[in-house]
Amino acid sequence: MKKSANVVIIGGGITGCATAYELAVRGVKDIVVIEKQYLSSGATGRCGAGVRQQWGTETNAILARDSVKRFEGMNEELEYDRDIEFKQGGYLMVSYTQNEWNQYKKNVAIQHSLGIPTKMITPQEALEIVPHLNIKGLIGATFCQSDGHANPFHVVDAYYKAASRLGVKFETYTSVTGITREKGKVTSVQTSKGDIAASMVINACGYAAGTICKMVGFELPLYPQRHQALVTEPVEPCQGPMVISLHHRLYCQQTPHGSFIMGVGDPNEPKDFNINSSWEFLEDVARQATTVLPLLKNLRVVRQWSGLYDMSPDANPILDEVPDAKGMWVAAGFSGHGFMVAPQTAVLLAQKILGQNCFMPIERFGLERFSGGELLLESAVV
Amino acid sequence: MQTKETIVCRCEDITLEEIKSLIDQGYRTIDEIKRVIRAGMGPCQGRTCRMLIAQELAKYYGIPVGEVLMPTFRPTVRPVKLGTFAGGE
Ligand code: FES
Repeated sequence: MKKSANVVIIGGGITGCATAYELAVRGVKDIVVIEKQYLSSGATGRCGAGVRQQWGTETNAILARDSVKRFEGMNEELEYDRDIEFKQGGYLMVSYTQNEWNQYKKNVAIQHSLGIPTKMITPQEALEIVPHLNIKGLIGATFCQSDGHANPFHVVDAYYKAASRLGVKFETYTSVTGITREKGKVTSVQTSKGDIAASMVINACGYAAGTICKMVGFELPLYPQRHQALVTEPVEPCQGPMVISLHHRLYCQQTPHGSFIMGVGDPNEPKDFNINSSWEFLEDVARQATTVLPLLKNLRVVRQWSGLYDMSPDANPILDEVPDAKGMWVAAGFSGHGFMVAPQTAVLLAQKILGQNCFMPIERFGLERFSGGELLLESAVV
Repeated sequence: MQTKETIVCRCEDITLEEIKSLIDQGYRTIDEIKRVIRAGMGPCQGRTCRMLIAQELAKYYGIPVGEVLMPTFRPTVRPVKLGTFAGGE
C-alpha cells in the first residue's frame, strides 16, 4: 500500500467512490480509498435503490434534482461497461390523511419553485398509474415521472472503474485504526495495512462516520438506525413507479428484474448497530404492503436483509470540515437517502475542497446548524 | 471443460466463463460476485451455485474452499407468500 497520498477517502460506498471520481476528474492525483470490506458492502448495497426529487426541504430537492440529470447520462459519462439500470418509472406518493396531504402540498410548492415537475393527482388518476393501488380512504397523491431507481452495485462499480482509470487506488478489506493530528491538522491515517501520510481525509463511512470522528476527538451528531427490506420472486412487469405511503411508513417498487423490493420504517427501532433480520419486520411490512397494494399478497418473499441509516438530527446530510482537525471532511448523515443524492454531493464536496465555485451553498450542510443554527427539518423520510 | 456452456448459477443463468472473468477482474468474494451479476440471488438463494463459485475462488487464490468467505445467510429459508406473513392465509 502507498505510504502517502494527497487525499485519503474512508468508505467505499457510493459517497466515497463518487467523491474519489469527482476529485480525480478535477485533476487531483494520489487518491486512496479505504474500505473495510468490499465496495458497496455497507449502506449503499443495502439501500432501497430509489431516486426521487419529491422532498420537503429545498436542500434535498436540489441535490436530488441535479443528481437525476447525472444518473440519466451516467453510463456514457463514466464509460461504464455494464448498465447502471436507471429506470424513470416515477414515484407515486400516496396520502391517506389530511395532515399528510397538507404537508405534501407544501412540499410540492417547494419542488415547483425548483422546477421539479411533480403533479398533484386524484385517487382515480393514481389508480390509472398503479392499477392495484388501494384507493379506499386515499385523499390524493403526488407523482413525478422523472423519479426512478438505479442499481446501487452497478453505480458504485461504474464510479470505481472510472476513478481507477484516473489513477485512484482502492484498498478493500482494510480498516482504519487511527488518525493522527498535529497542531489541529490531520497528518496521517493508520490502517490494518500500514500508515498513510495525508493532509486531507474524507470521512464517508455512513453510520461509522461517528467512530472515525472520535479518532480525532470529535463527537458527530449521528445515530445509526436499522432499516429492513425484502425482495420477492420476479413476476411480469405490472408496477411502473415506486409507491410511497408515509402514513404506512412503506416504500415499494418493482425492479427491472421483475422482483418487488419493499421496506417499512419502524418508529420503535432502537438507536444501535444491530443489522440482523427480524420476524416482526416481515409481519409489519407484509401488513402495510398488502393494505396499500393488496395484489402483492400472492408474491413470495425470497430474501430479507437490513442495513443502517446514518441519521442526522434533521435528516439532512452533513458536509463540513471537522473543527480542530483541519483537513478532515465529513460526508455523512444521509439519513437513508444518500444513494440518490451522491452524484451531486460528491461534486459539491469536490468543489468546496478545491476552492472552486460551489453549485449550491455548502454551508447549508454545515455542522453549525446543530449548535444554534437553522435546522433543515425534512418531513418526507421513510 | 467448456466454460462458455457450463452453467454455474442455473436460477440466474450465469456461466462459468462469466464467473471466471469476474474473478480475473479482481472480484474477490462470493458476495462481490453476487452483487455484480446476481449469481446466488435466484429462488434457491445460492444453495446450488454458492459452493461452485467458492471452488473457483479457492482454485484462483490457491486456498482451501473452507477459507473462502461465505455470504451472509439471509432469511427466508423457503419462498413464502407475503399474504401469509400478513396473517391473511
Ligand atoms: S443456482 Fe444460483 S441462485 Fe439458484
